[in-house]
Amino acid sequence: CVICGNAWRHEVMKWNGWGYSDSRFLFNKKGQAEFTGKRYKLSGMILPALKDWFEGTFGASLQHKSPATPLLNTSAVQAPTLNQDFVEELKSIGVPFSHEAEDRAFRGHGHCLHEIFALREGKIGRVPDMVVWPNCHNDVEKIVALACKHNVCLIPYGGGTSVSSALECPPEETRSIVSLDTSQMNRILWIDEKNLTAHVEAGIIGQDLERLLNESGYCTGHEPDSMEFSSLGGWVSTRASGMKKNIYGNIEDLVVHIKMVTPQGVIEKSCQGPRMSTGPDIHHFILGSEGTLGVVTEVTMKIRPVPEYQKYGSVVFPNFEQGVACLREVAKQRCAPASIRLMDNEQFMFGHALKPQVSSIFTSFLDGLKKFYITKFKGFDPSRLCVATLLFEGNREKVLQHEKQVYDIAAKFGGLAAGEDNGQRGYMLTFVIAYLRDLGMDYYVIAESFETSVPWDRVLDVCRNVKARVVRECKDKGVQFSPLSSCRVTQTYDAGACVYFYFAFNYRGLSDPVHVYEQVEHAAREEILANGGSLSHHHGVGKLRKEWMRETVSEVGVGMLQSVKDYVDPKNIFGNRNLL
Amino acid sequence: MASEAVCSHRDPMLKKRDDFEDILEERRNSSDLRYALKCYTPVLYKQLTPCTASDLKNMVLCSTQVHFVIAQVSKETGAAPEEVQAEASSILEEMAHRLQLGPIRFFAFVLCKVFKTLFRSVCVNEEGIQRLQQSIHEHPVVLLPSHRSYMDFLLMSYILYTYDLALPVIAAGMDFMGMKILGEMLRMSGAFFIRRSFGGDKLYWAVFSEYVRTMLKTGFAPVEFFLEGTRSRTSKSLTPKLGLLNIVMEPFLKGEVFDVALVPVSISYERILEESLYARELLGVPKPKESTSGLFKARKVLSENYGSIHVYFGQPVSVRSLAEGRVQRGQFNLIPRHIPRRPSEDVQGFVNDSAYQLLRAQEENMVLKPWVLLSSLLLRGGGMMMEELSEGAVWLRELCRQYGAFLHWPDHVPPAEVVSSSLDLHRGLVTISDGRGAGLTAEEELLSQAVIILSCASYRNQALHVFVRPALLATALQAAGSAHKQDVFNTFNFLRNMFANEFILCPGAAVQDFEEACFLLMKTGVVLMEQEEVLVTENGHRTITFLTSILDPFLQGYQVVCRFLCEASTESLTEAQFVPAVRTFIVRLLLSGRLRYSEVLSSDLQKNALAALQRLGAVHKLKRCVCVPTLKVNTVMVNSLEDTLGKNRPEDEPLTNANTCLFLCVQVENFPL
Repeated sequence: CVICGNAWRHEVMKWNGWGYSDSRFLFNKKGQAEFTGKRYKLSGMILPALKDWFEGTFGASLQHKSPATPLLNTSAVQAPTLNQDFVEELKSIGVPFSHEAEDRAFRGHGHCLHEIFALREGKIGRVPDMVVWPNCHNDVEKIVALACKHNVCLIPYGGGTSVSSALECPPEETRSIVSLDTSQMNRILWIDEKNLTAHVEAGIIGQDLERLLNESGYCTGHEPDSMEFSSLGGWVSTRASGMKKNIYGNIEDLVVHIKMVTPQGVIEKSCQGPRMSTGPDIHHFILGSEGTLGVVTEVTMKIRPVPEYQKYGSVVFPNFEQGVACLREVAKQRCAPASIRLMDNEQFMFGHALKPQVSSIFTSFLDGLKKFYITKFKGFDPSRLCVATLLFEGNREKVLQHEKQVYDIAAKFGGLAAGEDNGQRGYMLTFVIAYLRDLGMDYYVIAESFETSVPWDRVLDVCRNVKARVVRECKDKGVQFSPLSSCRVTQTYDAGACVYFYFAFNYRGLSDPVHVYEQVEHAAREEILANGGSLSHHHGVGKLRKEWMRETVSEVGVGMLQSVKDYVDPKNIFGNRNLL
Repeated sequence: MASEAVCSHRDPMLKKRDDFEDILEERRNSSDLRYALKCYTPVLYKQLTPCTASDLKNMVLCSTQVHFVIAQVSKETGAAPEEVQAEASSILEEMAHRLQLGPIRFFAFVLCKVFKTLFRSVCVNEEGIQRLQQSIHEHPVVLLPSHRSYMDFLLMSYILYTYDLALPVIAAGMDFMGMKILGEMLRMSGAFFIRRSFGGDKLYWAVFSEYVRTMLKTGFAPVEFFLEGTRSRTSKSLTPKLGLLNIVMEPFLKGEVFDVALVPVSISYERILEESLYARELLGVPKPKESTSGLFKARKVLSENYGSIHVYFGQPVSVRSLAEGRVQRGQFNLIPRHIPRRPSEDVQGFVNDSAYQLLRAQEENMVLKPWVLLSSLLLRGGGMMMEELSEGAVWLRELCRQYGAFLHWPDHVPPAEVVSSSLDLHRGLVTISDGRGAGLTAEEELLSQAVIILSCASYRNQALHVFVRPALLATALQAAGSAHKQDVFNTFNFLRNMFANEFILCPGAAVQDFEEACFLLMKTGVVLMEQEEVLVTENGHRTITFLTSILDPFLQGYQVVCRFLCEASTESLTEAQFVPAVRTFIVRLLLSGRLRYSEVLSSDLQKNALAALQRLGAVHKLKRCVCVPTLKVNTVMVNSLEDTLGKNRPEDEPLTNANTCLFLCVQVENFPL
């Protein structure tokens, strides 16, 4: 009994990779990389430099393919364990549900490397036994009540973009597992222009929320890199962070009111006052609870008028150290643009490999000239320079003024303005990077990203040590080819920054590449923690990082969280076992 | 880089070591001038931020660490920050090196000439050089050579220059600065000078430690210092000093560098330049103040043959792997890293253990020459026939090899020849039996012979690290009064604890040491393990006798010190008075024939014994007035320690007359020397 409203996900999205089915990177017959589809700026373009970069960086070859299983083998999906009483009563309240293999398999994973790797090999582990699609807050209340009554395990599902193993079904769970898909709860219920707030159902996907608000001349400004697919409820329950948080704030700054259904009933505040001194903020029990306490159903969010003017920019620095020093100064002067990100040299090279074929001789001549100016005239070492990408927003005059201020600071740290194009391409990379991982996996290259937040004085140390640790671990674990180990500073705060790492390696010759990759990632996290970085800035803990929770928030801290869980959900209905 | 490199091996026979290459050979065949002017392009640290020696000073003075302490000191003393800043600047001025290539080339030229005159060969393991080069490229490097001679750091720089490696900056004691021209020359060849003691001087410590850290972190140059802190006058490794090791490990522990490579370097001299100088010093003749003119006076040494030098660059040890699972690096997360803090207990323990491991790595790669074996045999007293000596040497050679010693014995030459050429090199120490000075008083004679004994002992000491564990076990076997394994272990542990200041015995490793000793003795068929008993075999007695004889002088020495302290306990004895007083006491015993080993006259042994007694709580330092602390002796405890030590000596062994054992006699009969 699949209903029409949710069928689109299967049709337009990959079951074993990232994003839309029609958009993917491939090497065409001529061996040139291209990006298919029409959805992105890069779609339909040829990327002539990618092949050389790919082969050069990873020692990979187009001759050695590791293709994915094309179709989901439904017989590989375990038969569902159904709680008949629960199903009967569910039917009677009229909430749509399904126990089709495709629907269940689709909601049994996030986008960690090991999850996608297994899917590509056609391996399906424990998946939910059924999927329900509540249409509104009341439906959720009924479902949760039924689940409590019949002792069924519920796992809320929003956009499915988790990278913390949060959506994995605990293999030790013996009860029937029901995936509660919030995708049908996707309406903006009202917009309050006097207070500049919008009340939205939590199942809405980021890009839809922005599009719909834009129609009324507003935006939330919350743009996590996954915004094409991730949901509002997901942001709340993982403490998400958006690219433009410098203007709009992170999710915890954006929410005014949250409604969540728990086994003990509904939790919400009684008013929409902008700040309260009423004991610990109950929102902070919900934010980051990762689906262990209940389902977020409705959220009141701050909105802003759509900015009048947007401008990208970029700055080239002679080395990463100078770049970080510049970002620190920008943060000190509190003049960070909507977004400011600093890529290291490896990522700068990577970005270059994604330059589309240039159409005119003139542009390529100009590019050559720029390169000449930076490396020869200014004496930047191409193997050390790095680039910061910028995004300014606001009214035109202020943006230009702001831009000048930032470029002036950059100049003090040896930074040279490097044009809007480079900036824009930098941000585009964010949206296509996950597609690129699928390309890599077609050719024996596996990749993952992870993030942390760290005080300013340790940014360089964390970057250096973690990158080096990844290289060292790969070598120790028998990886035959040198890995890509790269980082960027993606957010600035008064007291520190968020750092994002990418690592990828060619796994030819390894018998258990996923295990090796997991060991490397584990070591990298240990290194981050040893160097004063946090367990996570915005990805969350899930099950992937929960072994470090105690060390991170202290014994008492874990006890506090546990006692909340024990009160709110004594029967562990929300049994995804994240966090604790 | 691996940490296993510093762990002890199960079977030392299986230890693999690199081959040596003589670097003087080429120097004898081509122009020294061309060599000194050669193109020098060393491999540098990959993340090197290029800077000059004066940039370094600026970085140090501008660092948050130094600023913090300046502010702190100025607050505490009320001095203006500018004044404190100026003081910091002058401290740095006094300390800093001015590494330049010119003086290095000059030294290279002069040293070529000197080395060729003094030494037959200077041998270096080239594989170690390659490893070092790799390390320098990848990580900040700390060079940790053994310290037996003034020669050491010149030699190190000379070798690194020869192999086109980055020249080190070297921590040197302030006393060198006294040598006017030479001091400056050394400064320009990379030496930086530290005061010997700066107790509570925060500012000094801050400037000094930041200076070292900055050089290390920027990868400016390998940092070189001596773990032992000073030259060992006895050729035994000294217990490590931890200050500098702490400083160089900190950047890793605080996450400021990915790793630091520690490279133990073992420098073995066939004949030590300062041989008799050291012996005199140990006997209480004060050492001459370092001065340039003194050095020139010492030029008569140039006319002598000092055999060969072996320099072994050990496996680089990664601080990261050492610290793995030992230190919680997260402990630095909650306080800004520039605020000076006393290292936590786990860090202190870690640094201490690492220091011992590194010293053992250094010891293990020390090359032992035949003379080391000969002196071990000769020191056991009395004259010896050449055949007897040869036979003993061959026997000992096998024992050494089985214990994993790094022995350099030319196997293709008949043993008798090896022995005689060895004796020839050290002819100053071995005499024909009638060599008795005329017209000297008994005490003067005693001392002049003690000089020879102590010089010989210093060669025997080179092999101590090979024998110390089995020797402790052998002694324990004799003393335990029971063959029960637990009793033997208890005695072993007692001795080990007693001698912890004397030999390099890793703290907390009693069980490993015991097992290692048992393993070696079993392997060589000296003992049998039967259930809970340790039994000496019929064939094992020779080894047991030899091993106990090695430890015997130390055992007696400690006993004598105990006896002295008991007898002197009524008077108020200051620390400064201790050595002269105990020396007089010992001379008396020796002259009266009640003590066998004149080796006990060594102030090194006396001081170590006192330190051990203080560590064990048998002697306390009392601070009555500020400057002269007196020693408070717990007579009961010292007495009982003496008794326990005494138990270890078989009662029936008669004390040989002191005079007879002062001669090292080689009866020259059929062997022409």
